[in-house]
Amino acid sequence: MIPGDFEYYRPNSLDEAVKLLATHGDDARVLAGGHSLIPMMKLRLAAPEHLVDLRDIASLTGISEDGGNILIGAMTTQSEMIASKVLSESCPIIRETALLIADPQVRYCGTLGGNVANGDPGNDMPALMQCLGATYILQGPDGSREVAARSFYEAAYFTEMNDGEILTAVRFPKPTAGHGYAYKKLKRKVGDYATAAAAVILSMKDGNCVSVSIALTNVADTPLYAQAASDALVGTAIDAATVDQAVALAEGITEPASDGRGPAEYRTKMAGVMVRRAIQEARERAQ
Amino acid sequence: MSDAATMTLEEREATLGGVGTARKRKEDVRFIQGAGNYVDDVKLPGMVFGDFVRSPYAHARIKSINAEAALAVPGVKAVLTAADLKPLNLHYMPTLAGDVQAVLAEEKVLFQNQEVAFVIAEDRYIASDAAELVEVDYEELPPIVDAFKAMDEGAICLREDIQGKTEGAHGARKHDNHIFTWEIGDQEGADKALKDAEVTVKELVTYQRVHPSPLETCASIASMDKIKGELTLYGTFQAPHVVRTVASLLSGIPEHKIRVIAPDIGGGFGNKVGVYPGYVCSIVASIVLGVPVKWVEDRIENLSSTAFARDYHMTGELAATKDGKITGLKCHVLADHGAFDACADPTKWPAGFFNICTGSYDIPVAHVSVDGVYTNKAPGGVAYRCSFRVTEAAYMIERMMDVLAQKLEMDPAELRLKNFVQPAQFPYNSALGWEYDSGDYPTAMNQMMQAVDYAGLRREQAEQREKVARGESRTLMGIGVSFFTEIVGAGPSRNCDILGVAMFDSCEIRVHPTGSAIARLGTKSQGQAHETTYAQILATEIGIPSEDIGIEEGDTDTAPYGLGTYGSRSTPVAGAAAARVGRKIRAKAQKIAAHLLEVAEGDLEWEIDRFKVKGLPEKEATMKEIAWAAYNNLPEGMEPGLEAVDYYDPPNMTYPFGAYLCVADIDVDTGETSIRRFYALDDCGTRINPMVIEGQVHGGLTEAFGIAMGQEIAYDELGNVQGASLMDYFLPTAVETPVWETDFTVTPSPHHPIGAKGVGESPNVGGVPAFSNAVIDAFSHLGVKHMPMPHTAWRVWQQCHELGLTK
Repeated sequence: MIPGDFEYYRPNSLDEAVKLLATHGDDARVLAGGHSLIPMMKLRLAAPEHLVDLRDIASLTGISEDGGNILIGAMTTQSEMIASKVLSESCPIIRETALLIADPQVRYCGTLGGNVANGDPGNDMPALMQCLGATYILQGPDGSREVAARSFYEAAYFTEMNDGEILTAVRFPKPTAGHGYAYKKLKRKVGDYATAAAAVILSMKDGNCVSVSIALTNVADTPLYAQAASDALVGTAIDAATVDQAVALAEGITEPASDGRGPAEYRTKMAGVMVRRAIQEARERAQ
Repeated sequence: MSDAATMTLEEREATLGGVGTARKRKEDVRFIQGAGNYVDDVKLPGMVFGDFVRSPYAHARIKSINAEAALAVPGVKAVLTAADLKPLNLHYMPTLAGDVQAVLAEEKVLFQNQEVAFVIAEDRYIASDAAELVEVDYEELPPIVDAFKAMDEGAICLREDIQGKTEGAHGARKHDNHIFTWEIGDQEGADKALKDAEVTVKELVTYQRVHPSPLETCASIASMDKIKGELTLYGTFQAPHVVRTVASLLSGIPEHKIRVIAPDIGGGFGNKVGVYPGYVCSIVASIVLGVPVKWVEDRIENLSSTAFARDYHMTGELAATKDGKITGLKCHVLADHGAFDACADPTKWPAGFFNICTGSYDIPVAHVSVDGVYTNKAPGGVAYRCSFRVTEAAYMIERMMDVLAQKLEMDPAELRLKNFVQPAQFPYNSALGWEYDSGDYPTAMNQMMQAVDYAGLRREQAEQREKVARGESRTLMGIGVSFFTEIVGAGPSRNCDILGVAMFDSCEIRVHPTGSAIARLGTKSQGQAHETTYAQILATEIGIPSEDIGIEEGDTDTAPYGLGTYGSRSTPVAGAAAARVGRKIRAKAQKIAAHLLEVAEGDLEWEIDRFKVKGLPEKEATMKEIAWAAYNNLPEGMEPGLEAVDYYDPPNMTYPFGAYLCVADIDVDTGETSIRRFYALDDCGTRINPMVIEGQVHGGLTEAFGIAMGQEIAYDELGNVQGASLMDYFLPTAVETPVWETDFTVTPSPHHPIGAKGVGESPNVGGVPAFSNAVIDAFSHLGVKHMPMPHTAWRVWQQCHELGLTK
C-alpha cells in the first residue's frame, strides 16, 4: 500500500496541464479526485512518474445551462452535483446516482470527469452519461474534440481518449420536462461498486412511452447502452409483458465477470432486476 | 472535616462512580481527538523501516533468492532471508500450539503472501521500492486448498520440515498433513444414544474462514541498545508479558533486559495474540543494525497473512425423543489450520474449549473429535472476539437445534426451553467435562420471548408466507433464535497455561498520600475501556472515586505479570485481582482508621468511602484521611504506605449466557437480507458499567452481523487469497449495521469476587447463529435445513433460484 516514486504538479491553467502531459508523455497521468488512481498507485498497479493534479484549474469546475444543454466541468465533484439546484430541477437522476457513489467523504473529492474518463466499469457515471446521451469534451495539444459517451468506452480502462488529452467537460441535452427517471444499484455495502446497476430515463404521452433510454453499470468491461431494451418500450404502455421483454433484452447484452459480488449468472440476473425496478420507478415518476 | 462530610449518601455514591455506574469511557477523551498513541505514532531517533518480500504462490519451492538489486538501492540497509536467520536458529519460531512457524521461508513457501525476505531501509518508501527488486526464483508445486483433501492417500506433503514425524504436540499424526486428533466424551455412549433414538439429525455445518480485521493492523518497533544489552519492543500485543517471555526464550536475551510496551491498540479481537514474523524480523534487524526498526503491516498483509479465525467444518448429530428431549450429541470437526498450527489456545487445548458445544442444554451423553489438518493457507486460528473456539461450538449446537426442531416440526424456541439446564442443576457438570458455575436460562428465554412478542412474530411469519405463496409479496420473513452459553475467563491453572505459564492475572495498586491512586494490571485493553471499568471495581472496594484512580497496562517494566486480554478474560481474571487487591488495601485502611479513631478494628463499619464507628456515626475516617495517615500517622510497628498486589488464579471459568432473536426480511429477487429487528439479552453476571456493556454488545453484534452476512477469507483452487481488502472483506459501516435492542438479566458468578462474568465476546458468539438461523428459517417451510455462511445476497438468491422463487 506504498506507492512508487513520482513527481507532482499542480498547474493553474488548462494549457499548462496539456503542456505537462505533452512533455512527459506515457509517464504522466492526470489526477482528478484521486479515488481510482491513488488506490491503484498504492497497490502499484499504476506507477505514473508524473502526476498532474487538475484541482487548481478553475475553468474545469461548474455546472451551467446553455440553451437546451447542461454543461458540467470535469472537476465538478459528486458533492457539488448533489447540491446543484440546476441539476435537481432539470436532471434529478444525477443527484440520485451521485448519492449512491461511496460515502460523503469520497463524494467531496470524487469528480465527474475522473469518474467518466478513467474507464473503470465499476464507476456509476459512465452508464448514466450514456443514458443521458452525453458528449465528452476533450482537450489535447492539437485543440479540442468531442466524443459521445456511448462510443467512448472500449474495454476496462481503455477509452477513445488519446494520450495527452484531458477531459474538460461533459455536455448533455436537458431531459424533457416531466420525464421519469431512476438509477437502481445493487451493492454489498457503502463504498462498493455495483453488483449491477441500471439507469432509466423515459417520457410518457397519453399513457404511451415516447422515449426511453436504458444503460447498465458494471455488468461488462464497459458501461452498456441497452439500445434494444430501450427500443422495446417505445410506443408501448409499458405493460408487464413489454417490461419482461426489455429486461430479457438488457440481460442479453451483459457479460459480467464472476467475482466476490457473485457469479456471472447472478450478476446478469441482477442487471435484469435493476432494469425492471428502474423502469417501474421511472414510469411512476413520469408525468 | 472534608467537603464530603456534608454530602448525602447518594451524592457520595455518585462521586465514587463505582460498580454499576454508567460512567463515560475515560480513554475516549484522547481517542476521539486523535490523541491516542499507537505503535505507528511512536518515532524513535535513527529509526529505520522494514517491509516484506512475500510469496505470490500458495505452494512453491524456493530455488534462489537474489537481493543484489535491492541492496544497491540508496538508503537500503539490509535484506534478511532465512539464510541469515538460520545460524541464529530463528528461521522458525515456536507457535502457541506447539508447532513451529517459518519466520522467513527457507526451502518452500506454504501460503500466498508468506514472508520470504525482510528489506530494511531508511524510509518506508525505499523499503517498498527495494522489496520489489528482490528476485526470488520459485518452482510451483500443487497446492492443497480443500481441507477435505488434505489427508487423501498420496496427497503431497506440505510440511517437509516435520515429514514422517508420527507424534505431534497433541498426540499421534496419521498423515503428513495431519496435525492432531483431539477427542473428548463418551463415544460408545453417544453412538448408542444415536442408535436407540426415536429421532436423529445430522448436518455438516461449516463456519467459514474469517479474519478479525482490527482497524489498526499489526506493527512493532524493536530497539536494541547494544551497549546495555537491552531490547525495547513496542508492538500491537494483546499479551505483552507473554511476548517478553517468548522474546527472551527465542533471542537468549535475559528477560529482565527486555522491555515490551504495548501502547494504545486499535482493536485486536484475537488477531494480536500471537507472535508474527514481522515482530521477529524487526528484533533481528535491530540487533544486526543497532538502530530501532519499525514494521507496520498494511491492510492486505493483515487480512492475508496474520491470524485468521474459524475455518471449522463441523458435522453435528443429535439424538432425541419424538417429543423433543435430546438424548445425545456427537460432533466431528475437520479443522483447517493452514500452513502452520499457530492456533492461539491454552497449550493443552488444541481445539480450544470446543467441548462447550453441548451449549445450554442438558444433554446426557456426548462425544467430540477434532482433526486438525495443514493446507496451503495462512496460519492462525485465533478466537475472533470469542473465547477459544466457543463461537464455533455455539454455531454448531444452535444450528443443530434448529435442524432438530424442523425435523420434529416443533418451534425452535420451544425445543430450547424443553432442553435447558434448569436453574436448580447449577453448578452443572456437562457431558463434555465443564462445570457451569451458574445460570437461569428459562427466565432469560421467557423475558426475550415476551419482549419481542415471539408468538406474534410467528403469526406474522405464517401470514407473510401465505402472501408469498399467493404471489402478493416477494419478501420472505425469517425468525432466528439463539440461546448461547459462553465459557470465558481462562483460566484455572489446573487446566490452562500458555507455554507453561499459568493463566492467572494480576493487579497492583498504590494509593498516594493525597488520596488518589495508580493501579496496574497484567491485561491489555484494545478498546475495551479497561481504564474506565477497572477503576470502577477499585472505587467500590477502596472508597476512592474512580476519577481519581489511574489505570495503566501494557508496559512490562511497570505492570505486574499477566496473561493479557482475549477470551473475555479481563474482567473474570484481572477484574477479580482488582477486587481482591482493593480488599487488601481496605484491610490495611481499617487498621489505620482504628488507630486514627482510637477504637478497635471490630468497632468499625464500612460506608461507601469511609469507616465509621458503630453506634457513633459522627466518628469517621474517610479514605482520603486514611491515605494521608498511611504516610505519616500509622499504628505502632506498621509499615508505611498503602500499596498491594494480587495475583488471581481463578477457581473456575465463568459462563455468561444470553437469549438473542433476529427478524430478517429477504428479497427473493436480489437475495438481499434486511435485518428488521435484533434483540439481545445478555447475562454477564454483575454489571460493572452498563454503558460499556452496551457498547461491547453493539460492537460484538456488528461483528457477528459482518461474519454471518458477508465475511470470508476465500481462496481459489490455486490457493490465491480472494478479496483480501476492505473492498471485498465485509466490514459493516453504520449504514449496513442494524439497530440493536439490548436487555439483560443478572445471575452473578458464585466464585468471582464481585460476581462478574465478562461480556465482550458474548454478542459475537450468540449473534452469528441468530443471524444464520433467521436467514435459514425464512426458507424452512420450503424444506431447507441448512445454508452455508456467509449469507451474501448471491448465495441467498441461489437458494431462492433453486426453489423456483426467482423470476
